[in-house]
Amino acid sequence: MTIDSVRGAPEPELVQLLTPEGERVEHPDYPLDVTAEELRALYRDLVVVRRIDLEAVALTRQGELGIWASLLGQEAAQIGSGRALGEHDMVFPTYREHGVAWCRQVEPLNLLGLFRGVNHGGWDPAEHGFHLYTIVIGSQTLHATGYAMGMQRDGVLGTDRAGATIAYFGDGATSQGDVNEAFVFASVFNAPIVFFCQNNQWAISEPLERQTRIPLYKRAQGYGFPGVRVDGNDVLACLAVTRKALKDAREGQGPTLVEAFTYRMGAHTTTDDPTRYRLKAEEESWKLKDPIERVKAYLVRNQLADTSFLDEVDAEAKQVATALRKACLDLPDPRPLAMFEHVYAEPHPLMTEEQERFAAYLASFEEASA
Amino acid sequence: MTETPATETLTLAKALNEGMRKAMEKDPKVLVMGEDVGRLGGVFRVTDGLQKDFGEERVIDTPLAESGIVGTAIGLALRGYRPVCEIQFDGFVFPAADQIITQLAKMRMRSLGKLELPVVVRIPCGGGIGAVEHHSESPEAYFTHTAGLRVVACSNPADAYAMIQQSIASPDPVIFFEPKRRYWEKGPVDTGAEDFAPLHAARVVNPGEDVTVLAYGPAVKTCLEAAAADDRSLEVIDLRSLNPLDMDTVVRSVERTGRCVVVHEAPVFNGYGAELAARITERCFYRLEAPVLRVGGFSTPYPPSRLEDHYLPDLDRILDAVDRTLAW
Repeated sequence: MTIDSVRGAPEPELVQLLTPEGERVEHPDYPLDVTAEELRALYRDLVVVRRIDLEAVALTRQGELGIWASLLGQEAAQIGSGRALGEHDMVFPTYREHGVAWCRQVEPLNLLGLFRGVNHGGWDPAEHGFHLYTIVIGSQTLHATGYAMGMQRDGVLGTDRAGATIAYFGDGATSQGDVNEAFVFASVFNAPIVFFCQNNQWAISEPLERQTRIPLYKRAQGYGFPGVRVDGNDVLACLAVTRKALKDAREGQGPTLVEAFTYRMGAHTTTDDPTRYRLKAEEESWKLKDPIERVKAYLVRNQLADTSFLDEVDAEAKQVATALRKACLDLPDPRPLAMFEHVYAEPHPLMTEEQERFAAYLASFEEASA
Repeated sequence: MTETPATETLTLAKALNEGMRKAMEKDPKVLVMGEDVGRLGGVFRVTDGLQKDFGEERVIDTPLAESGIVGTAIGLALRGYRPVCEIQFDGFVFPAADQIITQLAKMRMRSLGKLELPVVVRIPCGGGIGAVEHHSESPEAYFTHTAGLRVVACSNPADAYAMIQQSIASPDPVIFFEPKRRYWEKGPVDTGAEDFAPLHAARVVNPGEDVTVLAYGPAVKTCLEAAAADDRSLEVIDLRSLNPLDMDTVVRSVERTGRCVVVHEAPVFNGYGAELAARITERCFYRLEAPVLRVGGFSTPYPPSRLEDHYLPDLDRILDAVDRTLAW
């Protein structure tokens, strides 16, 4: 399934630095020097986040999480872009960016807490340069744009404190008004932002054709900034393309739209059933483009990693998952009165009155049973 | 507030302008953003001259996209700024409803208090200016229903001057309703004042004995006119803040009068008056001589402007409700 350009134009170019078979190829616009050590670190990231994701799916099946949005198949898009980020950059994710969260040192347990219903997001966005997950599709692209406008006003662009924002969203989100408004605002204000669209081909059950008639990256031209399509299953290409887009933004050259062309291998969430709307053959064809296998093939073929390294990474991933499972099961339910906390910064008499009445009501059961 | 030599006579629009100016002078993080707020000074000239004095980086003419205005304001606030957004007309706020209700109101709780969004959304509201459709609405109940927002409505120049500054200083997001048909009405404003009545305190604007009349925004003046024109002693309270609500001031009055009429321009059904009536009934049940009566818009869309004088609560409809509550 592909979206052809307008009326039969040739299939657009895909920036690729590592083929599905694990062959390293060069791209004139995106030279990338990467050491063996960096490659192994990327491999480790990819394997660990896939394992975390698998564990979260299992925990959901066992009733420990209410729901989970799996990143399966999108690891390279997230790790590649996530590892391109610098200290002063700010990420605005959707609810599927577990791999980017990993790159920003957000405890995976915090992600699980949200899907378990313990809180709506337990990490400190400023500490990690990683905003809270946004559930409503596309809303965060405007927050990212506004934040980037703030960076402009801080006068940091072009300095060593320069940062950019990166807004993650999917192919479905490109139909949202907010995303299009974000494109307009970012463009006319030349804001330092990277729009990182993971085109995973499916918005729950709706195929890409229901969102667009042209390749998504081409939309950027209409808004007045560059767009590029990258192989979203190629961690090196995602790293190189995002790195360049972020650098441009930090230097004051404005926004870039990156379309990471990938595939959602799993269901939209654990409540979804892809067998109702897509063919197994399509999934099988994408399996051949797996983001992890190609890195593994490259490492092994070039003798940059041996079996003991691969086993070590697997063991580490398993250990992360085991610890995560235990921590998830140990997560305490919040106290009932916690829902009243943090709604307002300053006193709110009406809410406080309700809170006190509810506290007394709860206490009445304790007295009754005492 | 004590009168000082700084007391001036200002229109409500100018009072808002002066209030914003003061806030911008005090805090370089305060920004003004919206459609036509810069070079033009806003379609009601409320932001007149601010861009000239504070520059395009702080007074931002935005693209024509309300969700974009509030959404980017949220991002700016996350970066440490205090944006004051202008929604050009009440009826244009709905494209921004998702950003206001789903994001602005909830982000503090979502972050367990780690994120603060000191954003003010200014909305000119209400009818009475002979405008075309969607320029005369009173959408306050949509926002008072949303936890996480503070909702206030000024009714006169002095309050406009004080309340806009207090709202900008608030660490919580504030929906700020401005009575557009009162923009050009003048009143004394102490521009030297720094101490203001608490933002969320109601105010008795006409003490009386027989009936409590509750209003906010543009309806306050109409109620004062009704009180002045009538022989009965009407206690008019300007609520000023709709969320939170200063219930104690209301209860003190109704316990004395035993009768209450609520006046607003928004439709009565599920309007803000319904909440007032319910709460007054809970708190003042044994002191009430009559049910709380409501005067407001009808269960119709806002009518063409040639009919708006019939739709808007006027002096006669207010006094008719006073008659009915006293006849109970």
